[in-house]
Amino acid sequence: MLRVSAVSRTFDGRRVLDDVSFEVAPGRMTGFVGANGAGKTTSMRIILGLLAADSGEVTWHGRPITRAVRQRFGYMPEERGLYPKMRVREQLVYLGRLYGLSAPAARRNVDDLLERVGLSERADDLLETLSLGNQQRAQVAAALVHDPELLILDEPFSGLDPIAVDTLATVLRERAADGVPVLFSSHQLDVVERLCDDLVVIAGGTIRATGSRDELRTRYAEPRYELVVDGDAGWVRDLPGVSIVDLDGPRVVFDLADPADDQRVLRAALDRGPVRAFAPIVPSLTEIFREVTQ
Amino acid sequence: MTTASAPVTHRPTEPPRGGPAVATVPSRASFWAATRLVAGREITVRLRDRTFLFSTVFFLLLAVGATVLPALLGGGGSTVAVVATDVTAPLEQAGLTVVPAGDTGQAERLVRDGTVNAAVVPADVPGGVRIIALDHAPDDLVTALSTAPPVDLLDPDGISPVLALLVPMFFGIVFFVSSLAFGVQIAQSVTEEKQTRIVEILVTAVPVRALLAGKVLGNGALALVQVAMLGLVSVVSLRLVDSGPLLDLLAPAIGWFVPFFVVGFALLASLWAVAGALVSRQEDISGASMPVQMLVMLPFFAVVFLHDKPVVMTVLSYVPFSAPTAMPLRLFAGEAAGWEPILALLLLLGAAALFVALAARLYEGALLRTNGRVSLRAAWRGREIRPARR
Repeated sequence: MLRVSAVSRTFDGRRVLDDVSFEVAPGRMTGFVGANGAGKTTSMRIILGLLAADSGEVTWHGRPITRAVRQRFGYMPEERGLYPKMRVREQLVYLGRLYGLSAPAARRNVDDLLERVGLSERADDLLETLSLGNQQRAQVAAALVHDPELLILDEPFSGLDPIAVDTLATVLRERAADGVPVLFSSHQLDVVERLCDDLVVIAGGTIRATGSRDELRTRYAEPRYELVVDGDAGWVRDLPGVSIVDLDGPRVVFDLADPADDQRVLRAALDRGPVRAFAPIVPSLTEIFREVTQ
Repeated sequence: MTTASAPVTHRPTEPPRGGPAVATVPSRASFWAATRLVAGREITVRLRDRTFLFSTVFFLLLAVGATVLPALLGGGGSTVAVVATDVTAPLEQAGLTVVPAGDTGQAERLVRDGTVNAAVVPADVPGGVRIIALDHAPDDLVTALSTAPPVDLLDPDGISPVLALLVPMFFGIVFFVSSLAFGVQIAQSVTEEKQTRIVEILVTAVPVRALLAGKVLGNGALALVQVAMLGLVSVVSLRLVDSGPLLDLLAPAIGWFVPFFVVGFALLASLWAVAGALVSRQEDISGASMPVQMLVMLPFFAVVFLHDKPVVMTVLSYVPFSAPTAMPLRLFAGEAAGWEPILALLLLLGAAALFVALAARLYEGALLRTNGRVSLRAAWRGREIRPARR
């Protein structure tokens, strides 16, 4: 368990992180979302010890993070970095060995990883000859090469095509399933929505919401429903306690003053004829994000 | 593409998943292991660099050329047509090729058509000889036929003025070229890591100082091998063409040059690394490294131009930046007492220890600041941004 507790940081008198606290739990993919400049990268750099916090602390399994512990973290920086003029396999093996692996172990891990991220055929090419998408796959492999106990990935999916997103998501999910906490930032909310188990929402250097994705959805869900009938659904507006959000012929979206009223509305609809669809509307991450960051 | 069956992950030491990580204090062993890895990468990259290989070969050929060519051009005995046969023996002893000629007329024709360089014919004086040549008096022939008065040399090992000029150039150029070429490489390698941001991954894996040490040691080892090859090639080719006292004279100078080179190189290399760490783009290196370039160039020119001023040379042989060039030179000229190189080397070691320590702090302070040019002051104060070391 990674715990960030009351971390603050100021750059040139500008407070970029203000009392930031959150956790990344084992086996969970935690999405770290926020607008540009919200403090995602700064938080990650502090977790990795690349930047010191002015106050607060970061602990791993309840203890302060030492270099030896940090060596077992995997990190993908926001601005991609590998040696352009080195072969892919060679530099991944080099990084693995810097992380403390023996040469044979590093080679085995690298070959296995390259296979999984779909780069086996480019293993002996210079990094700079790879497409940007493939360079990013190599970058993810670099974060995973030493079988880290914690993964911190800054915008791992930006600039990737959907197939590459799926490949990398699969690899990361496997790690999470192995019990590794994964913290990944993104501003592509649809991707985060699909992949994350937990969410941390940051805006203006403060944490606005944390929790599991489903919990947040429930917390921020208004009692909103969609109903589709055969005829015109205009009659719904006359029911007590109902406010219409959207009405379009047979389809209506409405909020309820009292969520317990939903069955009453459904019965009223069935009394008038066949019901084609009736369901609560779960807010998208985008909507939650908009709400908590306002 | 094959499908990966039963993915296996490999861990060197398997801690319990999700359990508390075993926090070990980074040992000296892991520091040096990291340093070795970094040094190894520097060497591999450099050995694959065509420019580096070509320049090494070029310098080796230059060394061979510089030692062998003068001997080849200077030697090569002339061919002489001889009519008076009783001078054949001394001429052959002097290394000249003798061609017998029937009479003076035939000898003159041989000179005219270029078959021989000169001819020795009987003179009008009984027993005397006359030399016939085309357009200039053949010195070697004249010397071979002259009776020289005996000469007693008081300082038989004295160095010719030509050597006195060439040797300082040699030590100076070797140190100058090596520390400049490898220094620029070190700076570029540091900046490359900053520019590509791989440095952020590197410093989470290994101590910053291991990065610095690896770069200095890796490039230093290569520089030393390059210089050693240069020295070996020069000595061997010198042996081939000249068995004179030069080598014996050079030996102590070369022997002392090695430790001076190693320590002096480490000093400058750490400064080059700082220059590289201060900037974030390759284009900015030359500006940031200007002070270091001066520290390489000024001592070089001082030694080359002032090598005949003993007082200046004495001072230069103790100043850390010029000592690697000036001290071996004074040893070669026989001007330095036996204890002097030891003292100068200790001074150099002290200066190197000081500068490397300062450089390590500046390097750490500057390495993770990737927003443009870092001032020395910011790098010095860089503690707040420095990765926590525990």
